[in-house]
Amino acid sequence: MGLMSRSAAGIYAARLQRGMATRWREWGELAIQGLLLFAAMVSVFTTLGIVAVLVIEAVPFFQQVSLIEFLTDPQWTPLFAQKHFGILPLVAGTFLTSAVALALAMPVGLLSAIYLSEYAPARVRAILKPALEVLAGIPTVVYGYFALLFVTPLLKRVIPDLETFNALSAGLTMGIMIIPLISSLSEDALYAVPGSLREAAYALGATRLEVALRVVIPAALSGIVASFILAASRAIGETMIVAIAAGQRPILTLDPRRAIETMTAYIVQVSLGDTPHGTLEFRTIFAVGLVLFLLTLVFNLIALRIIERYREVYR
Amino acid sequence: MERRQRREMAGKVFEAVALAATVFGLVVLAMLLFDVARRGLGVLSWSFFTSYPSRFPEQAGIRSALLGTIWVMALTALFAVPLGVAAAIYLEEYAPRNRLTRFIELNINNLAGVPSIIYGLLGLELFVRGLKLERSILAGALTLSLLILPILIAASREALRAVPMSLREAAFALGATRWQVIRHQVLPVAFPGILTGMILALSRAIGETAPLITIGALTFIAFDPRGPLDKFTVLPIQIFNWVSRPQAGFHARAAGAILVLLAVLLSMNGLAIYLRYRLQRRYQW
Repeated sequence: MGLMSRSAAGIYAARLQRGMATRWREWGELAIQGLLLFAAMVSVFTTLGIVAVLVIEAVPFFQQVSLIEFLTDPQWTPLFAQKHFGILPLVAGTFLTSAVALALAMPVGLLSAIYLSEYAPARVRAILKPALEVLAGIPTVVYGYFALLFVTPLLKRVIPDLETFNALSAGLTMGIMIIPLISSLSEDALYAVPGSLREAAYALGATRLEVALRVVIPAALSGIVASFILAASRAIGETMIVAIAAGQRPILTLDPRRAIETMTAYIVQVSLGDTPHGTLEFRTIFAVGLVLFLLTLVFNLIALRIIERYREVYR
Repeated sequence: MERRQRREMAGKVFEAVALAATVFGLVVLAMLLFDVARRGLGVLSWSFFTSYPSRFPEQAGIRSALLGTIWVMALTALFAVPLGVAAAIYLEEYAPRNRLTRFIELNINNLAGVPSIIYGLLGLELFVRGLKLERSILAGALTLSLLILPILIAASREALRAVPMSLREAAFALGATRWQVIRHQVLPVAFPGILTGMILALSRAIGETAPLITIGALTFIAFDPRGPLDKFTVLPIQIFNWVSRPQAGFHARAAGAILVLLAVLLSMNGLAIYLRYRLQRRYQW
């Protein structure tokens, strides 16, 4: 009886211990899951942090400078004695360099996407595709060097009144950098078009070009458009190329031969200078940053929406 | 018949144009590399690596920039890799399909498209001023960690997704807990892919200039950084500084530093390809 109860107690104790071990393990599992969730939430905190930082610094700025002046004054001279806080010249500069970049990158990127997806033999494609990706991996400061010291002197031979710093060289170089972004995303879209669509067109006697232009591209249009929008967002936010090669002169112009200043280049200019933190002059970079962030946010969200939608269609 | 020929002809012309467009980028790349080599090869010497920056172009070197780059990259990897892999594990192995998960994913996708200079503004307010880290290596590394997190998460998720479900199910059937399955089955198999993604994400960070300028990384550092709280400069900022000067002597120095930077990038990418090839052959499904 005593023995029995002792062994029963032993079994009970062992069970209890195993129960404890299981419970510890469950707690451990839960703790790990919590840690992993926290890591995933860091991206949410980052977004919140960006919004908070920009808004906190931009609010005092807009208490001193009215939103109407900010959006309509045609001059941007916050670092001069005669201060004007009109962001239009910076927006025009950003628009100009981005437009030049896209004018180059959209046709070239799309054509190479069509070539890689519809024409290139598998072996050629296997070489050309990663080679093109190399262009995207080169640091932007290197492109800045290239724009200022190679592209500008080259273009000056053709366009004699090109200024040393100009929107054209910076934009063209940025376009070269963006080509792989467009070609890679567009090619994914073209590639995702079911082969049966192509075969049906061939069966009706269409040539390869007709299949590409009238069947494959219309079917992949949303993906191509998404790649263009992402490229535009990238161009708007690009910094080093324009900071090195496009100039630091915020003037309201659409002449690509002239020196201009983009929103990003202005932020770099102030960061390199000795403007004291907390002043109205310094806060301008957060107001400009807020505009930049909102612009790229809208572009990114539209592009993500389109990509998500077209993915659903072809699944 | 003639009409058919004209259509075929148009096709041939178009193919030539499309091929030219594809090759165009590569031709420009070749010109870029040629120009950098032409200008920069001459300055590569032992003293270029061991000298500090200088007012005199012929004496200026990349010592402090190279050391700064090594410091910043090491710390960035230390912060970003565990965080990125952990986030990827959560999203691939744990996350239920609900609103929160979708929101997190939307955040990551959008963050990948936020201009890098905006991260600089965040780093300036949060790390440099908020945490009072000043313009230190630590502040720079934290800023770059946040910047490359989306890339790391995407790459790690892809690596985790490539692990066959049957492997997990077999381990579950033997009574393993979720974490045991991940720790002992999934992670070892996904490791080469994660490692490759890590190297590629770091090669993005190593060329970043704008966010580090914004947090105030200095261009003239004539001493060796000794700890994470020291001031610093990095190779891309040194390049930016030299390019921005009018003297041709500094342009040559910039080209030389670009050669060093590209050599580092090339070896990182080569290592990534090698590791993927080498480690992935062990598993065959």
